[in-house]
Amino acid sequence: MQFFKKIGVGLALMMASVSAFAEYAWNFPEPVTPMALDTLHVHNKFMAICMIIFVVVLAIMVYSIFAHRKSKGYKAVADKPPSTAIEIFWTLIPFAILLLIDFVIMGIPAYHSVVMMEDTRTEAKMVIKITGSQWRWQYEYLDGDAKGIKFVSNLSTPQAQMDKGYQGAKDENYLLEVDNRLVLPVGEKVRILMTASDVLHNWWVPQFGSSRVAVPGFLRETWVQVEKPGTYRGQCKELCGKGHGYMPVVVDALPMEEYKVWVAAKKEEMAKASAGADKEWTKEELMAEGKTVYEKNCAVCHQVSGAGLPPAFPALTGSKIATSPIFGEDGKYLKDGHLDRVLNGIRVMPGWKALLNDVEIAAVVTYERNALGNSVGDVLQPSQVKAARE
Amino acid sequence: MSTTTTAHHDEHAEHPTGIMRWLTTTNHKDIGTMYLTFSLIMFFVGGAMILGIRAELFKPGLQLINPDFFNQLIGVHALVMIFAALMPAATGFANWMIPLQIGAPDMALPRLNNWGFWLLPPSAILLTLPFTLALFGIGDGALATGWTFYPPLSVQGGIGVDFAIFAVHLLGISSVLGSINIIVTVFNMRAPGMTLMKMPMFVWGWLITAFLLIATIPVLAGAVTMLLTDRHFGTHFFDAAGGGDPIMFQHLFWFFGHPEVYILLLPVWGFIPQILETFSRKPMYGYKAQVYSFWGVGALSVVVWAHHFFTAGMPVPALLYFMYSTMAISLPLAVMFFCWIKTMWRGSMSFETPMLFTVGWIILFGIGGLTGLVLADVAADAQYHNSYFIVAHFHYTLFAGGIMGIMAGTYYWLPKMTGHMYNEKLGKLHFWLTAISFNLTFIPQFFLGLAGMPRRIPDYALQFAEFNMISSIAAFTLGISQLLFVYNIISCVKGGKKATDQVWEGAKGLEWTLPSPPPYHSFAEQPVIK
Repeated sequence: MQFFKKIGVGLALMMASVSAFAEYAWNFPEPVTPMALDTLHVHNKFMAICMIIFVVVLAIMVYSIFAHRKSKGYKAVADKPPSTAIEIFWTLIPFAILLLIDFVIMGIPAYHSVVMMEDTRTEAKMVIKITGSQWRWQYEYLDGDAKGIKFVSNLSTPQAQMDKGYQGAKDENYLLEVDNRLVLPVGEKVRILMTASDVLHNWWVPQFGSSRVAVPGFLRETWVQVEKPGTYRGQCKELCGKGHGYMPVVVDALPMEEYKVWVAAKKEEMAKASAGADKEWTKEELMAEGKTVYEKNCAVCHQVSGAGLPPAFPALTGSKIATSPIFGEDGKYLKDGHLDRVLNGIRVMPGWKALLNDVEIAAVVTYERNALGNSVGDVLQPSQVKAARE
Repeated sequence: MSTTTTAHHDEHAEHPTGIMRWLTTTNHKDIGTMYLTFSLIMFFVGGAMILGIRAELFKPGLQLINPDFFNQLIGVHALVMIFAALMPAATGFANWMIPLQIGAPDMALPRLNNWGFWLLPPSAILLTLPFTLALFGIGDGALATGWTFYPPLSVQGGIGVDFAIFAVHLLGISSVLGSINIIVTVFNMRAPGMTLMKMPMFVWGWLITAFLLIATIPVLAGAVTMLLTDRHFGTHFFDAAGGGDPIMFQHLFWFFGHPEVYILLLPVWGFIPQILETFSRKPMYGYKAQVYSFWGVGALSVVVWAHHFFTAGMPVPALLYFMYSTMAISLPLAVMFFCWIKTMWRGSMSFETPMLFTVGWIILFGIGGLTGLVLADVAADAQYHNSYFIVAHFHYTLFAGGIMGIMAGTYYWLPKMTGHMYNEKLGKLHFWLTAISFNLTFIPQFFLGLAGMPRRIPDYALQFAEFNMISSIAAFTLGISQLLFVYNIISCVKGGKKATDQVWEGAKGLEWTLPSPPPYHSFAEQPVIK
């Protein structure tokens, strides 16, 4: 096997010397998990085998093409049809070679890789749950110190840079930057449970070597064990609608000490937010917060101006739902009313119940009713949202 | 085609003229011509769509099209290329060549044949109409799910999905009708003395294709019908909330979808040895081995489907089974490649356009096959899956392995069909432009995939810019080069040097015993094979 490694390295060096421009990447990015490292080795080895087969076969063909030409006066060997025994012998040779390559040289390491990839539990130190929805990721820590931490991770590349006809400079991590990164401790095996809230998604960080489809209504699992601190970027890789190209994954791998600091800070932040739900908010505060929430989450479809993209995504400006009362006479929120729609969604519109906290929902509803060309005048308090959830 | 010039020595060749001839024809050559023409037109329709995509991907940022329209273009591009370009091309050759190659006067079921073709234009319209309707504010365009229709995205989609479902139904019916016709023809109308094991390889390729189509198209039709009822009639086949499973659709779809790959390729695999023996001036090597390999591939193709979605989650034994069975496909293919190269070996080769395309085909399809072998590895597939690596891989199998094979066949039989030689210089130029620009389009995509660029994204991170630019420029070259192909075909139909009956010095087989072009009704008397 040493032989294939050498060839793999040789090929890599060959390619590297060809790439005078450092911008071109010729192979997988640097692996940072045991799984990605294994994948890279398997890939290099198999590619080397395939290249050898290809080059040998091509060489035979090219020799024949140049040697056995009519224009050179080469006469076809007028062979008697070969006897069946000889024909069987000859045709079994390629069969046997491939048998060896498929099931021994490639098959055995491939077996071990599969077993390793699917073993999500052995020595797993913590569990997180990842939920894909159109078009963002939601992360939730299920055990240990970080238990209870959950947040949504949205693309944070400025909209202007993504607009049609934008000519200016783009950020270094254009399309690969988010507002809230997933944070993982270095060196710990993390079991990942994966699901989705609407359509299929696929959580993929190339440097981790793991990728799994998030299926709505089912839990799938995989694992990562990041060995090196750093920031790692990836994308959704299952077509999930018009925002498919706009739901990146960004992971910060921190040493244990720093990870613990992050956990503590995050918990404090969440406690503050939950306390915020009980206090009385002014309209100005809600409108300011609402504008942020709206532009981050809602403007993708309903547009920053509220004009929407009919017929798929209706306008909010002058919309019946956004201008009619939220609560009925019994004090409960109306079915198909504004709050109901934001909490529970309908068809293409996702429900935001699990994705936004009480303050954010109260703020965005208030904002939609009093901006975007609407002026209903009322205010929805976070405490009302909290009550409505129960 | 210029059948009128041969009418004087074929007194039974009375048929309506003008449009009625084509609408009502039951003649296998007329129908074959219509299939081939339709396929060529749709090849350009599908090509124009993907050039729109490549223009958008020329550099990072959105330039020309919205993400939603982008998603529509990729899906319809694939459906058009697979169902309306590649499959009809193979069926066109089947109609033209199977009766000629087995010494039959026509196909066994001529009226069915006519119907099979005339289902195609309506389904092509169904596929592309939603684009036009959207311009008038009806619906929101064609299906935007990719050609694979995966729910729940396809349940969420607009009327474009319904149009595509009905189009697939019609295309499926057309394929099944064509397959029945081919099976009946091959089993009943072979010339005396032509046993099954004396049939030309192309006929063998199509016979197995026909069985695969009949076995798998109904599964696809069932799957998309279940999708339709999920969309409109409240069923929950693919909705977990009602006890269904979105991944079940993938199993059903790929139970059809994987054999489909071989449905597209087997007829072409039949061209290759025939063209090789003609231009090597020496009988093909290992006829029996190739026939058994065809059967081997046909049988394996229906038991490996789940390798298309390894990352969707499966138990370890299932992953291992699908990995090893997928790798096993390389065994019969290795035998075929060996036979093809052995046919060339110590022949007296000349390199006219069909031979150039065939040799190029062997090399490029070889790359497609070998990358397929690597893709079978489950662990590495987690990286390749849905990245540009897979896009490059299946274009090596379906563009190089499919379309370039069809082009080889076109140049090979065009003189027989039209009675004129095509322009050899232009043909060679077409080959070199196609082969070079094809590689420049797709080799960069292998590297893009390895670097981590997912497929089906309308805009991408800056690190992918260089390769995408190369790929786009090459794709436009590839597209424009195909105009040479059309020009060459049209001028060959219109006139040119008269073709002899045998056309190629080394050509053997019943089709070369007939005049070029063959009379309207091919064999008035059945030839006898010794």
